[in-house]
Amino acid sequence: MSEIHPPLIIVEGLAKTFVLHNADSAQIPVFKGLSLEVGPGECIVLAGASGVGKSSLMRSIYGNYLPTAGSVRVLHDGAYVDITTADPHQVLEVRRRTLGYVSQFLRVIPRISTLQLVMEPLLENGVAVEEARERAERLLSDLKLPQAHWDLPPATFSGGEQQRVNIARSFIREYPVMLLDEPTASLDAENRAIVVQLIRQALARGAAMIGIFHDEDVRDAVATTLFPVADFRVAA
Amino acid sequence: MNALSSRIESTPLLKVDGLTKWYGHILGCRDVSFDMRAGEVLGIVGESGSGKTTLLNCVSGKLPPSAGSIQFETSRFGMSDIYAMSEPDRRRMQREDWGFVHQNPRDGLRMRVSGGANVAEPMMSLGGRHYGKMRQATIDWLERVEFDTGRIDDRPANFSGGMQQRIQVARNLIHGPKLVFMDEPTGGLDVSVQARLLDLLRELVRDLRLAVMIVTHDMAVARLMADRLMVMKSGQVVETGLTDQVLDDPQHPYTQILVSSVLQI
Repeated sequence: MSEIHPPLIIVEGLAKTFVLHNADSAQIPVFKGLSLEVGPGECIVLAGASGVGKSSLMRSIYGNYLPTAGSVRVLHDGAYVDITTADPHQVLEVRRRTLGYVSQFLRVIPRISTLQLVMEPLLENGVAVEEARERAERLLSDLKLPQAHWDLPPATFSGGEQQRVNIARSFIREYPVMLLDEPTASLDAENRAIVVQLIRQALARGAAMIGIFHDEDVRDAVATTLFPVADFRVAA
Repeated sequence: MNALSSRIESTPLLKVDGLTKWYGHILGCRDVSFDMRAGEVLGIVGESGSGKTTLLNCVSGKLPPSAGSIQFETSRFGMSDIYAMSEPDRRRMQREDWGFVHQNPRDGLRMRVSGGANVAEPMMSLGGRHYGKMRQATIDWLERVEFDTGRIDDRPANFSGGMQQRIQVARNLIHGPKLVFMDEPTGGLDVSVQARLLDLLRELVRDLRLAVMIVTHDMAVARLMADRLMVMKSGQVVETGLTDQVLDDPQHPYTQILVSSVLQI
């Protein structure tokens, strides 16, 4: 166990500035010169007030936002892939097998049942239907989502229930690298504790995580390092 | 976050290079280049008149371009320039390897024969002769697209828009194509039917590992279906990238207008 593991994410010199072409090309700088590394079993929690750029950083790492400068390298199949320059096929492949993202909101796909939604990431990775179903059912029970809900599409669920579906959908894949954007935002204490448990299990099997948590209890329970995004803020 | 991350092959299935189409002195599309791989869904978005349909028609072999090349990995001849092939070879390749789902089902269906015959016809044109087998395959496909098989012998004119579109989808997938073109496939349908049909298309694309080139002006459809987007304006591609990146962090002024113009419900 003493051997040194390479980082799973290496962010170097990252900058993001939004340019709003339809508002007199207004420039909104968010951060610049930002670097960080995350190794296996580490959970770096992004700290700072609202609007400081935590979500923008997270989305830039996922390839959802296009950074203005710098690189985001993710260890995928034993080699680093720079998300900021990789072609779309490669980014999708990295997202399918290596890089997971849990947002605050479930993007509901109309009319698909909860169980199907949770099974989907496994089916996309070639897991057999029976095994996918078993694992999905187990995770949904762990998250205490009532069994009566499993065959229903989550569109009409409460915020906390949708959140748990979202978490199930993301944690079922056991991604090596996970980005957590306030996954506990609309959960009560009991459910927060379950999610903390899931995060700790993932860290124990060697996942690398970057998280945003406004809830201090959760943050203290999972963070290995706090990362102050404000230090890289660009004066507007 | 992305709509559909199916398995995507590493070698291109389709290569489009420098595609340009002029209608006399009016530009259809200019200098469009891209490639597609098996299992990949490429969305083409842009307003009316931006050249989306011109591009789709050129790539799908319906409209010879003024310049540029379109190469496709055909079952019969391997990678070939589709407009350099002989007319009979190209038509045969289109029947064997491709499907085309039109916005208006009337453009893609034969209205004077039954719904079932519409679905079975591609098998016949590829040499199927056993009536019983073809009828069974037709029924299987109609079930797959959730069509009431009790109405298999009715003519399409007696079906609702959603039912006609299901028939059209079955007709275009039954022969096992590698690449399917879709022009606003849910454009004329009301929203509840649209949602159901989109789900169905997503499932079929994943299960059959189809490559799909889909033209739409509906950003929600693009987000749900496409892995990758090309944004067109005035006949040119102004932005391309991962679907969620193009929609959530658009770079080009036109894409920013397009994305910010979507009404929220």
